[in-house]
Amino acid sequence: MRIKLLTTLAGLLLAASAWAGPQIQHWTTAHGTQVLFVEDHNLPMLDVAVSFAAGSAHDPAGKAGLAAMVHGLLDHGVEGLAEDEISRKLADIGAQLGGGADADRASVSLRTLSVEREQALVLMARIVQQPTFPEAVLAREKTRVTAALKEAETKPDFTASKAFGRAVYGSHPYGLQADVDSVAGINREDVVAFYRAHYVAAGAVVALMGDVNRAQAEAIAEQLTGQLPASGAEVAIPPVDPLAVASEQRIAHPAKQSHILIGAPGMARNDPDYFALYVGNYVLGGGGFVSRLMEQVREQRGLAYDVHSYFMPMQQAGAFQIGLQTKREQADEALALVRKVLAEFVAQGPTEQELKAAKQNIVGGFPLRVDSNRKILDYLSVIGFYHLPLTYLDDFTGKVERVTTAQVRDAFRRKVDPARMVTVVVGVDAGAAK
Amino acid sequence: MRAFQNSANGRYFMRNDGMKRGILTAMLLLCAPWAGAEVFEQTLPNGLKVVVKEDHRAPVVVQQVWYRAGSMDEKTGTTGVAHVLEHMMFKGTKAVPVGEFSRRIAAAGGRENAFTSYDYTAYFQQLHKSKLPLAMKLESDRMHNLNLTDAEFGKEIKVVMEERRMRTEDDPRALLQEKMSAVTWQEHPYQHPIIGWMSDLEAMKGADARDWYRRWYVPNNATLVVAGDVKASEVFALAKKYYGGIPKCMLPPRRQYTELEQVGVKRLVVKAPAELPFLMMAYHAPAVRNAAQDWKPYALEVLAGILDGNESARLNQSLVREQQLASEVGAGYDSIARGPSLFVLEGTPSEGKTVAELEAALRAQVDKLIADGVSAEELQRVKAQVMADEVYKLDSMFYQAMQIGQLESSGLSHRDIPVMMAHLRAVTAEQVVAVAKEFLKDDNLTVAVLDPQPLSGKPKAAAPAGGFHAH
Repeated sequence: MRIKLLTTLAGLLLAASAWAGPQIQHWTTAHGTQVLFVEDHNLPMLDVAVSFAAGSAHDPAGKAGLAAMVHGLLDHGVEGLAEDEISRKLADIGAQLGGGADADRASVSLRTLSVEREQALVLMARIVQQPTFPEAVLAREKTRVTAALKEAETKPDFTASKAFGRAVYGSHPYGLQADVDSVAGINREDVVAFYRAHYVAAGAVVALMGDVNRAQAEAIAEQLTGQLPASGAEVAIPPVDPLAVASEQRIAHPAKQSHILIGAPGMARNDPDYFALYVGNYVLGGGGFVSRLMEQVREQRGLAYDVHSYFMPMQQAGAFQIGLQTKREQADEALALVRKVLAEFVAQGPTEQELKAAKQNIVGGFPLRVDSNRKILDYLSVIGFYHLPLTYLDDFTGKVERVTTAQVRDAFRRKVDPARMVTVVVGVDAGAAK
Repeated sequence: MRAFQNSANGRYFMRNDGMKRGILTAMLLLCAPWAGAEVFEQTLPNGLKVVVKEDHRAPVVVQQVWYRAGSMDEKTGTTGVAHVLEHMMFKGTKAVPVGEFSRRIAAAGGRENAFTSYDYTAYFQQLHKSKLPLAMKLESDRMHNLNLTDAEFGKEIKVVMEERRMRTEDDPRALLQEKMSAVTWQEHPYQHPIIGWMSDLEAMKGADARDWYRRWYVPNNATLVVAGDVKASEVFALAKKYYGGIPKCMLPPRRQYTELEQVGVKRLVVKAPAELPFLMMAYHAPAVRNAAQDWKPYALEVLAGILDGNESARLNQSLVREQQLASEVGAGYDSIARGPSLFVLEGTPSEGKTVAELEAALRAQVDKLIADGVSAEELQRVKAQVMADEVYKLDSMFYQAMQIGQLESSGLSHRDIPVMMAHLRAVTAEQVVAVAKEFLKDDNLTVAVLDPQPLSGKPKAAAPAGGFHAH
């Protein structure tokens, strides 16, 4: 027994010390762009992403959808190359262009083989710095976006998210939502002006992960952002006001299931309660099959296939949201149950046992968060964009370990008021809509 | 961005004949010297095949157990039972009470789930490498000790019905695909949805699931795939320890289904609440049976790439960008399946255009390819993407394990991967044209159209003349 115990301990120590998290290198270019880089030569490939404060929260009045349109058009024409030439050239070398846009940021990413790196980066540099926004392409894309919006508006989940966003954020920029009219109003001048104001070197973040050395990474960061204007528009996003009152909307839809969303403004990326809320939410509805919501709604009563809760941390307070879908006849039963689970959790917080289980999963599962180049690249972008400490990943498990039940209960009580929530139910009879 | 959302909280099912945006998804990697991508294999005396892929980039491991039992093995009247059993596998054994499996994996820092397809059912856990014995202990226990009670079944079948409502009944395109399959396949069990018909779910009993479990959940019908920061020899020893004692069982004979020859185009219309119509054209096509001798499946993979492998590939370039006839188009084909496959073209017409115009335009693209052939440049472009994907896939341990499991469950072997890659590289322009000509013809075709209905249930007001803008 004694020998066995020692072996086990040694095994644990090895597991903990043999592998450190990614070693992040960080610097700022002459134009004020932050660069975060992890050197790794295990695979003959490179992942790069450039992020800008160019998300939908920066859409001008009446032009919701502009930020997404600008982001979508970047690779549809650059100085000297038409859209089909860009996509052909990328495909010819097996390079993958990606990216995303949300309320805070817009990003362009590239995955390339090491052997094709130079060509791929030349294309990416032009996409980021020299887009031409051809008039004809804009017209076509407006038509496509409009069609997609009209289609989405017939879907219960989209309808629910839209109503939820509006109710949670009100007139705050996080509540801006594109519609057919706002997209129709977008013209090329708007696109060019938005691009010039928001795709600028100051505040941009370049993340690099993979098969290059420091000198190469420095040159790549310069290549991708050196031609951008130094600075642009004011990008501060105002704080999100807490909800003044609870609200409930019931929206008619012929779907067999009702789509239910409950929530309120939650927390920002730099919120001091971040870890308490994160760990607490694991217990409430974030922890896969073992959360309270999953246990009560799905496992015990079979009321839903999917039920979850999350905080969406943003520059300012993103939403806290609980979501589920259930047969429309039992929507009220499910809603009452979810409210009860939430109210109990906020009132009492997690038990010591639950908190321990949450920590075991989050801490024990930490290596899975950084087990691929893709995942590490995403962390680099987030750490840079939200000005998180460079030791964020190193500190992560320690911060989780230090959360107490009292902190969770206290943070939830301050941030989540069950009596002041937005509720949206889509998928009720026309007569029951309100 | 949704760092706090845990969206992977559903046991789910997969369609393996649907559209695949990234082509050649089934053709992966391997024999990449820089990754030390060695694969090791051993079969235990009880018939369990163990395949290990060493990958030492991070101290994590994934365990997957693949049972060669999917919805295609079901009988009329109990469709969906393969997937229902997948849900029931989390409901406890004599030693591990209900809910405990997930709790123990979670406490070990693990992530877990399962999925069911037409061809197989698979279970997986991702954890720190030191937790592999725990995962094996739990997974091997439920391979032969499941305690499937009527009480738990009664609760879980409701969850599955909710899943069906969410994934199929309230999703017009999924509904279209389900109804299309029921028309495309006349004899083959691919005609039934993986999740099962609602009336079968309503009629299903705990005994149906228990029967399914007894019949198929045996070591000689399973493949254990482990990928990660492990030594193959140690994995084999662990596998022997945890799975080796499970008795081998006689498997029921499997019926080899064929599909009757189609004798003319089939058409169907599905009405559902939506704004835009949607068109699917599915052609019968073969899957890989003999990786070394076949050539047509590889040519079909390349054909899908030439039509839809990138933004400037033929369909998007011509129909979306130039003619502006469609707001989206796609082509898909999956060469890996236990049964026959389909080659699918699909799309949404632009506002003011009809599905008939889109169908004609898609047919014109096929005709043009057959008449004019494909260029060396197009061929090379598709192959460049395939080769690059081989490297990119090494960034995902899970995906590498997935590929091995799919092949092993489809009557092929992980050893076929390099063979298939070599065949793909060797596909010629003539072969691409030949398979287009042989398979993309009316006698192989089912055309399915989604006819959008207003949400109110009331008919739409007629569009005013000139109200649509053409391009």
